[in-house]
Amino acid sequence: MTTENILEQIAINVIQGRVEAEDEGFDEGFENQPAVTELVTEALAKGLKPGDILIKGLTASMEEVGKKFETGEYLIPDMLAAAEAVGAGMDILTPHLLKAGVESKGKFIIATVAGDLHDIGKNIVAIMLKGAGYEVIDLGVDVATDKIINAVKKEKAPFLGMSALLTTTMRNMEEVVIQLKEEGLRDKVKIAIGGAPTSQEFSDKIGADTHCIDAFAVLDWLKAA
Amino acid sequence: MNTFRDGNIVKPYERLNQDQLAELHRTSMAILQDPGIWCYNRRAAELFEANGAEVVLEESPSDTYWRVRIPESLITKAIASAPSKIILGARDPKNRLDINAEIPRVYFGSGSESNIWLDTELEEYVCAADQNQKRMLPRHTEKRGSAALLCRAAHLCEQLEHLDFFIRPVNIQDDDIDETNHDVNKFFASLNNITKHVQAGLTSIDALDDVIRMAEIIAGGPQALRENPVLSFIACIFKSPLQLVDDTADKVFAIVEKQMPLVISSSPQGGSSAPIQEAGIVAQINAEILTGIALTQLIRPGAPVLYGSVPVRARLDDLHDLYGCPEFNQYNIDCVQLARFYKLPCYSSSGVGNSKVPGMQTTFDKLFSHLYMAASGAQYIHYAFGLLDRTNTFSPLQAVLDNEQVGLAKHCMRPAKIDAAATQEALGIVRKVMTTSHKLFTRHTRKPVRAGDVSQPYRFESKDMEDRVLEKALAHMGELESRPPKHLDADIIEKIYQEIPGVLPRLKQI
Repeated sequence: MTTENILEQIAINVIQGRVEAEDEGFDEGFENQPAVTELVTEALAKGLKPGDILIKGLTASMEEVGKKFETGEYLIPDMLAAAEAVGAGMDILTPHLLKAGVESKGKFIIATVAGDLHDIGKNIVAIMLKGAGYEVIDLGVDVATDKIINAVKKEKAPFLGMSALLTTTMRNMEEVVIQLKEEGLRDKVKIAIGGAPTSQEFSDKIGADTHCIDAFAVLDWLKAA
Repeated sequence: MNTFRDGNIVKPYERLNQDQLAELHRTSMAILQDPGIWCYNRRAAELFEANGAEVVLEESPSDTYWRVRIPESLITKAIASAPSKIILGARDPKNRLDINAEIPRVYFGSGSESNIWLDTELEEYVCAADQNQKRMLPRHTEKRGSAALLCRAAHLCEQLEHLDFFIRPVNIQDDDIDETNHDVNKFFASLNNITKHVQAGLTSIDALDDVIRMAEIIAGGPQALRENPVLSFIACIFKSPLQLVDDTADKVFAIVEKQMPLVISSSPQGGSSAPIQEAGIVAQINAEILTGIALTQLIRPGAPVLYGSVPVRARLDDLHDLYGCPEFNQYNIDCVQLARFYKLPCYSSSGVGNSKVPGMQTTFDKLFSHLYMAASGAQYIHYAFGLLDRTNTFSPLQAVLDNEQVGLAKHCMRPAKIDAAATQEALGIVRKVMTTSHKLFTRHTRKPVRAGDVSQPYRFESKDMEDRVLEKALAHMGELESRPPKHLDADIIEKIYQEIPGVLPRLKQI
């Protein structure tokens, strides 16, 4: 496989949403063919630049995926499969990118706040962010306020996303914002919140930066940030 | 030709146990012994008598009939000769129906001969209190059924992917239609606009030869028609309770002698023409249908016949039929089980609305029986598309809505895909997903979605705060009706017009 050919194949397999060789694609006939994991590994072995693999192979094709989703050709599973494929490629590429001095789009800390175990929406956002080139630090569910504050402090992350699905737990988002202010960190991190009971009104009330209705809204907000 | 419509093979929901089925059978046999049936057809009475029934002529100033007491042995022997497997043909071989009493493969179709066609348009209404608030609301117009509307119904039903067979949903009442040309026109209007199986009652026995000749021209000859019967007949031979009708019996003789498939149907109403109690109406309708089927087998052993059960319940405020009620489902599923008990293919019913217009009430009425009857495993379920006002009205918009409902009911009744290969694949997915940080199975939905295993959301749903089902269904109907018709080939149409008298010239253009 030529150099150009490998990058093209990576892009095709991102669009097909294939992480590993055994995965099926959006179209038929892909099973047991090399997928993003195998192709990125091969590309590195052949000496391709990590930056080229990232830009020409992984991220450029996500734009195509986004268009397919907008036209209705792709559904959420197709979009997430593509993002997951990019994420798998990023996992392999990251150490090489660091060595080559290529930075990610930034660290994004994400968590479901204390008292709440719901994580489907939070996980979808994490997959999409990773697929978009952000370094995602996922703290998990039922995350205590202190733990979130410490992560922001330690990672020096410019972005924080908080999720809650219960009216009883969404109040804990406000505690995080208050404590960030008290620690003098609020100006250093942009905060997005989400989850069924939350709203822009609630976001304004607690002093977050934005309310995002879904993962796409998070990406749009980041583009504008 | 080994192609058929898929149908849905279901695991039948069974309401009755074997003891209850045997009890109903015994009661039906007891009814046929005493009081027996009131037979108004001489030839049928003589045939029953020649085969062991006790027949007595009863004459009074107001009524003359043969009282026929039928022994169980006659019924048992006769129904044993009725075939369990029947093929109902179609213009397009892929639309043929594979009907087997021992396989609960379910097909849904239209029916049945309503007089009113209901058109629906949307009009914009402005809120009196707030001129900025506007709503699109339906306005309905009733039309008298006509040959042109029957053509339109057949064309629409061709496009409805979940409709498996066509029973004309609207009567033709044009001024130039009378008893002599009614049959040829209703069958031509149907067959020229749909490639699925066509079924109807026969209005005049005198038209049978012409109708069958028309079908032979379409199928490619007499033998080809018997192998691929593009049309079949319905005969409601009993006027409940237990009165075998003279002219319908004559039609049964003629149709069976012509070797064409036939439904022997009965439609007693629990509470007026049959007991309202489940044990009573079901035993009675079973006695009526079995007698009709026995007659077909005495006329010609092996004649293809369906067990046509359409038991309904009376409303007690006006004694009209009441659909969308528990008893309708109970009566009907009992009959499906009885047909299975006798290894006879079952013609059943679901999906009639009590309401006169599409809407929430109709949706309730219809879904209540669509789901239940789909689970019954009846092979041939009619009434399922577009019928409103207790079968008096056909609404094409409602047929489009029913197509979606029937499609989802069919999907619901699909057999479970659970075997070693499926569970092994699922196990692999569970293990793989549990190694990820997100623990989401979303990516792995793609394969079953592509395979058609995952249902689509309701086609006419809205995501905003308004119910726009009718608006969306009307738009979909417009798209379906704009598709070109699948007419018969021009040479076949010419041959029909040359050989079959009475077909209206204007139908050639519709």
